[in-house]
Amino acid sequence: MRIKVLYFAKLREKFGVESEEIELPGDRAYAAAIIDLLRRRGEPWARELGLDAGYRMAVNQTLAGLVTPVRDGDEVAIFPPVTGG
Amino acid sequence: MKILVQEADFDPGAEIAALHASQPKVGAVASFVGLVRDINDGDDVSTLTLEHYPAMTEKSLHGIVDEAMTRWQLLDVTVIHRVGKLQPLDRIVFVGVASGHRGEAFAACEFIMDYLKTRAPFWKKEGTAEGERWVEARESDDEAAERWK
Repeated sequence: MRIKVLYFAKLREKFGVESEEIELPGDRAYAAAIIDLLRRRGEPWARELGLDAGYRMAVNQTLAGLVTPVRDGDEVAIFPPVTGG
Repeated sequence: MKILVQEADFDPGAEIAALHASQPKVGAVASFVGLVRDINDGDDVSTLTLEHYPAMTEKSLHGIVDEAMTRWQLLDVTVIHRVGKLQPLDRIVFVGVASGHRGEAFAACEFIMDYLKTRAPFWKKEGTAEGERWVEARESDDEAAERWK
């Protein structure tokens, strides 16, 4: 299945990419599968998406966590804690 | 309900007036205006750039306002959040809440701001004499949002 992954703010700059399509095996998974795949790319991915890194995620424009299910065609966003207002 | 994400400035007085125009049931309007300061973490700030996640921003703000409406009896709500490049003295955000009585208006206005600051996908980057830097999230904002649970 294909997932669209978006990056924002500091993470977009650190990774040097705004968005990409990621291919995962099977037709459903947890959001954690995407994070695992990205971490295996090495630095800066491994550090920025580490257990204590404090990044946030949204699945289909709703705040989500590592155990949020994802399916083919979903949009996953990865970003730092928000600082609006 | 009015929720806007825009680059343009807004007129707080006009927004407050619109919340109670021709609405005789409104007994109270509480509002909040957030502004760009010229100092943050001890450094002079000359610019503030606001990035957001367009597909999620309005959805997130609608969710926060819907949640406020289930908690308090509100007659109308306006949220306006600016994006793009701002500078000190500029307005960033407006929250206005109309209700029958002040208690609900005050509480809902504060709730919406606390949730907006911890859940709506906006990120601030500030320009200082040493260059640009991303603003770090504050624990005090998380604590402010926690108390509504």
